[in-house]
Amino acid sequence: MAGFELASGGPLLSVRDLRVRFVTERGAVNAVNDVSFDLHEGETLAIVGESGSGKSVTAKTLMNLLPRTARVSGEVRFDGQDVRALASCGAKHFFGVQMTMVFQDPMTSLNPVKKVGEQIAEGLRYHLGRSRGEALSEAENLLADVGVPEPGRRVSQYPHELSGGLRQRVVIAMALSCRPRLLIADEPTTAVDVTVQRRLLDLLDGLRRDRGMAMILITHDLGVARGRADEVAVMYAGRIVETADAGTLFGDMRHPYTEALMRSIPRIDDPVHHRLDPIPGRPPELIDPPDACAFAPRCRYARHDCHDGVPELSGSVGMHRFACLHPTGAERGQAALAANRAAHSSSRDGDGGKDGSGNSGKPDRGEKPDGGSGKPDDGGSG
Amino acid sequence: MKHADSTGTAADAGSSLTGADNADGAHNADNAGSASAGSPTGAGSADSGGNADGVLRRRLGTGFWLAVGWLMVMALMALFAPLLPLADPTQVAFGGPREAPSADAWFGTDALGRNVFSRTMHGARISLAVGGFAIVFGMVIGGGLGILAGYFRGLLDQAVRFAFFVLLSFPALVLAILITATLERSLLVVSLTIGILAVAPVGLLARACTLVFAEREFVAAARVMGARHGRIILRELLPNVVIPMGALTLLGMALAVVAEGSLAFLGLSVAGEDSISWGKMIVDGAGLRDLQNAAHVTMFPVSVMFVTVLALNFAGDRIRQRFDVKELAF
Amino acid sequence: MAGSGSAQLRPRDEVLLSVKDLVVQFPAGRKRVVHAVSSVSFDLAQGETLGIVGESGCGKSTVAKAVVRLVDIASGEITYEGRDLAALEGEDLRRIRPRLQMIFQDPISSLNPRRRVRDVIAEGLAVWGDNDGSRRRDRVAELMDAVGVEESHGSRRPHELSGGQCQRVGIARALALDPEVLICDEPVSALDVSIQAQILNLLQDMKSRYGLTVLFISHDLSVVKNVSDRIMVMYLGKVCEIGSTSEIYAHPAHPYTRALLASIPEPASTVEPHEGDIGDELPSATDPPGGCRFHTRCPHATEVCRQQEPVSAQLGAADHYVACHHPVEQRPLE
Repeated sequence: MAGFELASGGPLLSVRDLRVRFVTERGAVNAVNDVSFDLHEGETLAIVGESGSGKSVTAKTLMNLLPRTARVSGEVRFDGQDVRALASCGAKHFFGVQMTMVFQDPMTSLNPVKKVGEQIAEGLRYHLGRSRGEALSEAENLLADVGVPEPGRRVSQYPHELSGGLRQRVVIAMALSCRPRLLIADEPTTAVDVTVQRRLLDLLDGLRRDRGMAMILITHDLGVARGRADEVAVMYAGRIVETADAGTLFGDMRHPYTEALMRSIPRIDDPVHHRLDPIPGRPPELIDPPDACAFAPRCRYARHDCHDGVPELSGSVGMHRFACLHPTGAERGQAALAANRAAHSSSRDGDGGKDGSGNSGKPDRGEKPDGGSGKPDDGGSG
Repeated sequence: MKHADSTGTAADAGSSLTGADNADGAHNADNAGSASAGSPTGAGSADSGGNADGVLRRRLGTGFWLAVGWLMVMALMALFAPLLPLADPTQVAFGGPREAPSADAWFGTDALGRNVFSRTMHGARISLAVGGFAIVFGMVIGGGLGILAGYFRGLLDQAVRFAFFVLLSFPALVLAILITATLERSLLVVSLTIGILAVAPVGLLARACTLVFAEREFVAAARVMGARHGRIILRELLPNVVIPMGALTLLGMALAVVAEGSLAFLGLSVAGEDSISWGKMIVDGAGLRDLQNAAHVTMFPVSVMFVTVLALNFAGDRIRQRFDVKELAF
Repeated sequence: MAGSGSAQLRPRDEVLLSVKDLVVQFPAGRKRVVHAVSSVSFDLAQGETLGIVGESGCGKSTVAKAVVRLVDIASGEITYEGRDLAALEGEDLRRIRPRLQMIFQDPISSLNPRRRVRDVIAEGLAVWGDNDGSRRRDRVAELMDAVGVEESHGSRRPHELSGGQCQRVGIARALALDPEVLICDEPVSALDVSIQAQILNLLQDMKSRYGLTVLFISHDLSVVKNVSDRIMVMYLGKVCEIGSTSEIYAHPAHPYTRALLASIPEPASTVEPHEGDIGDELPSATDPPGGCRFHTRCPHATEVCRQQEPVSAQLGAADHYVACHHPVEQRPLE
């Protein structure tokens, strides 16, 4: 997988073996482990995960936004340039120009005491050396581009005078002001209502297409990832556990976590009172993780071998990759599931069916699997 | 619905660090800003209970324990000074006037030949008593009013706030002079004078803390369960408000000790030759000639007072820091 | 309608709780008021789950808080056990409170950080003077077991637990008083995706185990559909549409309901995706539009919508009431 030195033809962004650690008083937090992916110009990569999965840390690492306590290793190349080297030598017109980011809460990215037009103009003046007048009229055009009605009036308004949806549009306009080639959107629609969410995602999609940008969409919402991304990477406990193009991933998912996540969320076309199939337990701590598959304690496919070493992502970058010894939909997975079911039903006869406790070998089992689910959620791992 | 919403977002903002949607960020902030975040939450600090105490001890640091140690020594001195084998602090001509420190009189003697060491130790009694009394008074009255105002809001709140602002805008020194000049300058009166000055700042802090916690959903939950106001204030709000207040107690006591010194300069500290305070000792030795010829007469009480105030501030600040971090974890 | 009217109310003797023409207003300074809830009527039959769905600012949480009397009610009736909750004060109100309990959105903020899990759960019993230590301990143990909080967590404080566990504790606390009605205000929206299903299933189990009647507030249409027998859609303090869940999701008639269903990332099959295009400017609740409050964003709005507020009316013979001048024509279910 070498070969990211080529500036053309190769991927726009290439991340290899990215690791991020935070040293805390309680030990090292392994926030991101061995993350590798490629992103080509004009493509959208969705990084999906729960809180603590490392998706936001990954984004912040790319944007060089981590605090100093972070220990980062691995390689990040943007159009052939070494991004981490750029960051350490304090490159002025790279972050925020070539590569920009939109955050979840627009209020944190906007200065409450400055007019929005000025805020958009700021980047243009600093990075592109525009005069104040030029920058302001460009800001107005940008607001029009991102679908803000009456841009002429909005440039002289303050953030608090705008609705949440409009604020997020202003933030997007700011991000786009210097014509970035990569836009990282970190949960861009989590803070807004559904009717606004869809329009914002449409907007981002349209802008990406018009401008040939690449986009990294960070989300906890599988539905968003499914509808908006070319490539999807599912993260769990700081690792990519499964990645493929969106069609393959959602059509032929292999990692038990992806599958379990899909099964656990209520869907609009499910029948009323459809019994959900939750994932038992909760995400593991990232401090001093055991040398094992992080999902194994919650996995219905987990066997003894899942606790010996962290499974590698199979295949090579760009293909359907998954980190699992007993992938679902494969023979090994079916066999593991069947074996677990058998083991579980026999153990249930024995101990009265308090499923899920004490057999995972992991002391910290906060969430008990739901009592009534009747599924062999957690068997066979001990 | 604007209102409902704005309170909603305020609550969100207050607690967003742990809301799951934001938890990614929170988690990072927690782990990342590890300089302050000692108890990461988020993805499971469920088993942090065991080592929480260890973390706490480490975070307070040796400086804190040194400060506490000094304060303990001072407190013991104040309590047991009459029982300790110290020279009689009021005995005139214990030695010659303005003698330098010696084995007999460790801190030397003052203009009347009294033992400065003994006087300093006895002085802790009044200085600390005034400081402690004053701040306890400020806490009880100011804290009580602040909590009531913050919880009930409305007219009561307006009245209490008005009273606080009147107190704050009234020149403190004039008030102090007024009270101590008209009333007998007993220990109680001097303490209360300083205590009254503490009411408004302490009360405003208590009110602000109460406002924050009264918005929290656990207070709503208590109301829904049918808890009476008294119970909500005592069981739900007080334990939360008491912590920032507790940190303030030490800081406030430091201020009160200094305030006693200032009153002494005006001749308005506790009256009587027998009542020794650090402030009065400093005044005694603060004549120009004394400062030039026998600086030790003031320097020793000044130093002891300085270290004590420093220790109070330091310990108070440490406790406040620990509290701030805890608040992050919510 | 977003309109008013009470055609959706069932006969009093068939329902447990009935809310009629509820109005809640908040002062917004300078003599203006926020019209948070304007003339909302609905009812809850014994053992039923009513879901209230809508976007932020629609007043759904305010309705929940009004029912448990956490906000002041400007006018309207809340009839429960033959009494008007909206008119109760003081000790009378306090005595009826245990019957209606609430679960809050933010699992961590809703627990007192200074108290231990066991004390949090026992608080309701303590409030009501149950001082028999062993009985109280048994009750707390039973509840902790029911909601799936490990015995050993009883002595922990909320910040030592995860969000999901905190929400379980919140549920146990609400159940401790043996309530008849459980009001859930966005109980899963602050939780991680993988934890939401656990809590939703738990609520379902608790409902059947303790025979609860549930008012479930959420902005998430899929979640509401999963838990509710009936659904009420709200917009800007008004009711748009109310009826049985299957009916509303199969034949959404109000343009706003349809817009919601079309806006979610994987839209419902009963609507067209373009129906979600309703702009993103929510009118101000201090100065709501006249007529139908939704007319400023409604693709079907006409003059009558601007002039006249629609009144809820039954649609066909089904349990389906809509407050709209131009309810969307019914399409057969695919």
